[in-house]
Formats: sequence, structure tokens, C-alpha cells
Amino acid sequence: MSGEFHGDPSFWDRALNGNVSKVLQDTVRTTLATLPYARMLGVEPRFESGNFMLVMPYKADLIGNPVLPALHGGAVGGFLELCAIIQTMLALREAGRDEVAQPKPIGISMDYLRRGRPEDSFARAEIVRLGSRVANVRATAWQSDPNAPTATLHGHFLLPSK
Amino acid sequence: MDDSPTAEAREAFLAKLWQIGPAMVAGTPHAKPLGMRFVSVGEGRATLALDYNAELIGDPASRVMHGGAITTLLDQTAGFASVAGFAKPIGVATLNLHIDYMRPSPPGETVIAVATAYKVTRHIAFVRGIAHNGDEDDPVATCQASFMATPLSGTGP
Repeated sequence: MSGEFHGDPSFWDRALNGNVSKVLQDTVRTTLATLPYARMLGVEPRFESGNFMLVMPYKADLIGNPVLPALHGGAVGGFLELCAIIQTMLALREAGRDEVAQPKPIGISMDYLRRGRPEDSFARAEIVRLGSRVANVRATAWQSDPNAPTATLHGHFLLPSK
Repeated sequence: MDDSPTAEAREAFLAKLWQIGPAMVAGTPHAKPLGMRFVSVGEGRATLALDYNAELIGDPASRVMHGGAITTLLDQTAGFASVAGFAKPIGVATLNLHIDYMRPSPPGETVIAVATAYKVTRHIAFVRGIAHNGDEDDPVATCQASFMATPLSGTGP
């Protein structure tokens, strides 16, 4: 699976089943709108053919290196982490597990593949395994070209217990 | 050509980093909305701090700051330690960053990050870091990262 993870744009359409309901879409919007960190980054959700995607519109205070210039590795990391958390919450809801608390990161790894240019960023996440207590998640961020990811994340998230 | 600097040049470089450290952090646009601040720098070492900031809350129920804020603090601190570790004055770009979150940082508490570039080659710095609330033996998070040297001016890669 990991071999086709980056290269094939249709990967996401096959990996995600495109059934994020309108109610869940509203839940995601409300969650992000009431999350101070998400508002600081300026991220917004997008639902294309029922699949969740997170967008981080470019703004000057996301820059980490003004010389290159490049987006801050921490901003890109936080963006991927948020995307992974929201996707995990969606997976819990889809599995009928309506825990209200948020999944918490246990360990996350980010690979930075390209300089984050001063442009809008996009991210999608996929649940590799949804266990009873832990979820294993992968996420990818890109800018103008979905085939040229800027960063990837994989990590474990502790799931809320009932 | 031996490009290793003399002890005097090295000392002068680190003294300069001490002097411009606060401006380097303040001059990082993304450090501003977070409120990260410079604490200290040494040979391949850096310490930065992030005061509790309600605008960085990631879980309204617990009022704990989002993991992304800790990620950013550790990335910035590890990057600074790399700058202080490379033989020549240079910029850095994160190649990879692994973070383990041990516990939430309590609302109201300042997070301190300490990072050490334990191996620096011509192009790459390998760094470890700890984020804590005052006791390094009780970490909030730890990180392992590598950074690539980038030109101080120009268009970059």
C-alpha cells in the first residue's frame, strides 16, 4: 500500500470511501472553528466527493525561514497532526464509536520532502488501523501538485475510552 | 581544505548567536503567533521557551495546548541547536522530525525545550530534544530530528 501512497492521485478516492455525511461534515467544521490552534493556523475543512481534506491557506505568519522562503516545519507538522486527528475522529464516528474526547498523539513522525512554498497547503489522512485503544494513521501534505507531497506524517494516536 | 574553525572563531560565533538569538527567534514569522522565546545557546545546543497561550489550545475540554505547538517549539529549538552545531554560519531545513508525547503540559505552565545536535556533518545535523515544564526528567515530549544545512541567502533548493 505504501508504494502507491504518494504517486497515484486516485489513491485517496479508493482508500477513502467518500461517505462523510453532511452531519459529520458540520461536526468537523464546528470542531475546527472552536479549536484555537486550528484558528491560529487558519485551517479549513473541505469535502470533495464526501472525502475529508484539510486546507491551510497561505499566510505570512506560517513562514519559518524568510530567506528561502519556507513554511515552518512546525506549522506543517501541526497541520498534518490536525488532519490525522480529524480523520481519526471521523473513523471513530463511522465505526459507531461516538466518543466525544479527542484522540491524543502518542508518537508522530514527519518527513519533510520539499520546501513548503508560500502557497496554500492541502492534507489528507488515512487510518491504517483503528484498534480499540490506538489508531495508526498516515497523512500527506502537498501544495499545487498532489503528486509532489511536501511532507508526510505517520503516527499513533491514543483513542478516548468510554 | 580544512574548514573547521579555530577555537577563537567558534567562540566568537557562539557569542554572536547569544547576541542575535532573541532576534533570530523573533524574526521567525511563525514564532510570533506562538510566542516562542529564546533562552540560551551553546555549542550544538539551544534552549527555547513557550509560555502557555490560550490561542494554542488543541482540546477545549482540557485547555491543553495542541500537540502542533509542542511540535513547533521542538522543531524550532532543534533547528537552532543545528545552527549552533554547524561549522559555518548556515540556515537549516527540517528533514525529519519524530516526536513522542509523554504527557500533556498543564494549562498555565511554560514549556521549555532543550535540544542537542549530537552529531553534525558538513550537510546534516542529528538532534535530540526534550520539552518539559522545569524538570528534564519529567518530559512533556521528546524529539529526534535531522536537519539539512541551507544557504543563508539565495533561493535555496
